[in-house]
Amino acid sequence: MTPLQVCLLVSAFLFAIGFAGAVTRRHAILVLIGIELMLNAANLNFIAFWRYGAHPEALTGIIFVLFSMALAGAEAAVGLALVIAIYRHKKTSNLDEVKELKG
Amino acid sequence: MTLALIITALVTVLAAATVMSLRNLVHCALAMAVAFSGVAALYLQLNAEFVGFAEILVYVGAIAILIVFAILLTRSGETPEKSVLTSGWLAGVAVSAMVFTLLGWAVLTSSALPKEIAIAPAAPVKNIGDALMSKFVLPLEIVGLVLTAAMIGAVIIALKEDKKDNSGGQP
Repeated sequence: MTPLQVCLLVSAFLFAIGFAGAVTRRHAILVLIGIELMLNAANLNFIAFWRYGAHPEALTGIIFVLFSMALAGAEAAVGLALVIAIYRHKKTSNLDEVKELKG
Repeated sequence: MTLALIITALVTVLAAATVMSLRNLVHCALAMAVAFSGVAALYLQLNAEFVGFAEILVYVGAIAILIVFAILLTRSGETPEKSVLTSGWLAGVAVSAMVFTLLGWAVLTSSALPKEIAIAPAAPVKNIGDALMSKFVLPLEIVGLVLTAAMIGAVIIALKEDKKDNSGGQP
């Protein structure tokens, strides 16, 4: 296996495990952690293809990852604020119990 | 170099698997910090030093602390007695296993990946700053706007809903 394939396999595993966590775990915070893992998998792909692909001097992979990190930070802040608001309203952060749109 | 890459990859993968298999949320957050550190080490080995340090600052620093705060504020630090999985968890695990199998098969058998190892590109911080300030200045401004809006929105969402309820507390 080339180093590029190692990186891509790690990224695929991170994506799969993040997806599994986001879909199967009950707690809302763990769903957010799963989403962060999936974003990291995408970033790892960008960096791996920047390193081993053509025209690395254009820095596009690095710039994209920097913007993606900023957006991931914004997403985590809003998501955790939502989790806290739901906990304050419903006294639970179990996603199986949060089913209503109204109330 | 390859041995270090494989060790870092194994640490990252094991930590990520630990995140989703532990029951206690605080342990999950700690394993998540280890997984993000592993990803940062991978970035450093791929010659992307600036992104690696930014990953440590943003993920291992800020987001891990934010998640620990959210765990404490929602009082979910104890290990739950009930099941931690949703009712339809088997389908989710099956779908993610299929996703991993498909991606792994594509990565291992694809002929589109470059075969020869490229010479290590250099990404000095000066070039990244020049690119951010010249070619990508409009996206940079928009990201700043988005971050400001997200910060204000997060504060407003997490504010107390009803001001009348806590009149018995502090004046």
